[in-house]
Amino acid sequence: MKTVALAGNPNVGKSTLFNTLTGLRQHTGNWPGKTVGVAQGTARKLPGYTIVDLPGTYSLEGASEDERLAAEYIASDEADCIVVVCDGSCLERNLILTLQILQRTQNVVLCVNLMDEAERRGFRVDGAALEEQLGIPVVLTAAGRRRGIQELLEAIRNHVPVPPEQVRAWDDPVQRASQIAEKCVTRSANANDGWRVVLDRVLVSRRRGIPIMLLLLLVIVWLTVSGANIPSAMLERLFSAGYSVLKGWMEPLPLWVAGILLDGVYATTTRVIAVMLPPMAIFFPLFTILEDVGYLPRMAFLLDRSMYRCGGCGKQALTLCMGLGCNAVGVTGCRIIDSPRERLAAILTNAMVPCNGRFPTLILLGSLFFADAGGALVVALCVIAGVLGAMLTTGILSKTALRHEKSTFIMELPPFRRPRIGQILVRSLLDRTLFVAGRAVSVAAPAGAGLWLLGNTEILGALAQLLDPVGSILGMNGVILLAFLLSLPANELLMPIIMMILTGSSVLTGVEPTGQMLLAAGWTLETALCTMIFSVFHWPCATTLLTIRKETGSNAKTAAAFLLPTAVGGILCAMVNLLL
Amino acid sequence: MEIMLCDMKPGERVVVTKITDENSLKGRLREFGMVPGTELHCRYLSPGGDLAALELRGTVIAVRRKDLTGIYARRCV
Repeated sequence: MKTVALAGNPNVGKSTLFNTLTGLRQHTGNWPGKTVGVAQGTARKLPGYTIVDLPGTYSLEGASEDERLAAEYIASDEADCIVVVCDGSCLERNLILTLQILQRTQNVVLCVNLMDEAERRGFRVDGAALEEQLGIPVVLTAAGRRRGIQELLEAIRNHVPVPPEQVRAWDDPVQRASQIAEKCVTRSANANDGWRVVLDRVLVSRRRGIPIMLLLLLVIVWLTVSGANIPSAMLERLFSAGYSVLKGWMEPLPLWVAGILLDGVYATTTRVIAVMLPPMAIFFPLFTILEDVGYLPRMAFLLDRSMYRCGGCGKQALTLCMGLGCNAVGVTGCRIIDSPRERLAAILTNAMVPCNGRFPTLILLGSLFFADAGGALVVALCVIAGVLGAMLTTGILSKTALRHEKSTFIMELPPFRRPRIGQILVRSLLDRTLFVAGRAVSVAAPAGAGLWLLGNTEILGALAQLLDPVGSILGMNGVILLAFLLSLPANELLMPIIMMILTGSSVLTGVEPTGQMLLAAGWTLETALCTMIFSVFHWPCATTLLTIRKETGSNAKTAAAFLLPTAVGGILCAMVNLLL
Repeated sequence: MEIMLCDMKPGERVVVTKITDENSLKGRLREFGMVPGTELHCRYLSPGGDLAALELRGTVIAVRRKDLTGIYARRCV
């Protein structure tokens, strides 16, 4: 089995190339000794090869975890062939890494990618001249449009391994990269970059920059909230129909078996999917479009100042945005933060941004108790509160437990690209669907079984009573607190569990709570407010906790991630309780 | 006329003359190809004036201006 490794700078379309080659035949593995995962896969058109996607790095001499991983991998000679992926529009800089790699091994194929964008911007790359200069095969591609892929596969197949003794000596990569680029790249005089410059000016301008950003986020939240309603309802109808069908099939089985499987596992799992999938299927493609266009670094550019004052950096703002869709994704996204302490602070506070799964709770309570201000607005306010909480907590952490020397911040601002909307929609939809389905099965299903068992005993009622004193201090009650605890597997389950306990059933019913039902159960305005506050500021869900454990490798840090938002929520609720 | 990079204004083009040890970003800037002799173009600053977008070797990078101390450059005419 031969191995091909994809190396290259960030933002060169390496991942797109990897996805194009492997399709869905990939998984994230663990490279020995590292906690960061490396994606591996196989390609139908390249039988007998494993393809490894190394993290994007600017050089092999950097100190960040990604860079050390890439450098070690290349030095280990584990790959039979390394494909260095470059961006045709900034070949000069990309060649620095290429030459550094060539200093270590000659088993390299150069893939100059994003040629469609480069040509649009007036760049011409002379592949033959590059081959001559570097002494390795060079392929020009546009992976997004599947251009040049055949040639790349051929180059890999025809590659003859070069023994280490024959490695050509390269001097100073920086100067050499400049010389080579000068010989092999030309740019036409009337390159139409004008609109990109103007757009950049507008997006980071003093007056319009931040308002535009807030507007974009509001639009995304609004589209997520309102767009998800119809698909969610459709899914629930579909699953209801499924319920009836399955119930028929399960007639011959003993009651408790049907009970666990149907009312426990099926009801909970389908509930999670119906509630969770539509918003995520809207949010993440939209977010990925922003990323593809190149807007996100501009957002970090605008927010770095405020984040820096809290001991963080602009990139943390991006992870908070990701957390808006799903906190587990936000936590994984913290890899883009270089400083280990800043990264940890970002991981610990990410759950303070309410994820898609908490939107339904917030909208419901917001509209029932606080006059129908519009679901999106309520969510937006809660998001702002969450972000402020995260920033404040990061600030406190950076002055106490995670005190660190001021770190440096350096980030590339890539040129704006035309987003490949079709491809994004398909890939994002697929990714999200698989993720949610996987999570539903692994986390919600067992939870559902457990809930059904508990619901059939008197335990829930008893536990609720036990938790009443604590609940009251927090402005809520025992039922709500118990529901929070039981919705650890998935935040979407909060209101369904509350309804389940209040109606005394053992099934997660699809009964929508109304104002009267909750008032009859003793809720007040304060109860709703505290529940919403605690929904924003409480422990991360099980999936997020598992992700934190994987990313940090430490049980202590995971425990801190559990306690930190909870403490904030507890303090806030107690204060509200005292004041109101 | 030599200036320190942190004093660069939007729209200015300069050539780097020397990078002293004072600078905290040295290694990372080198990865992007910033060495003595490199041409830089300051594209714009952030609204608060704390970050600068610098173009070098076809790439635009965002750097905190206070991290640019210790790098000297000569204005291009």
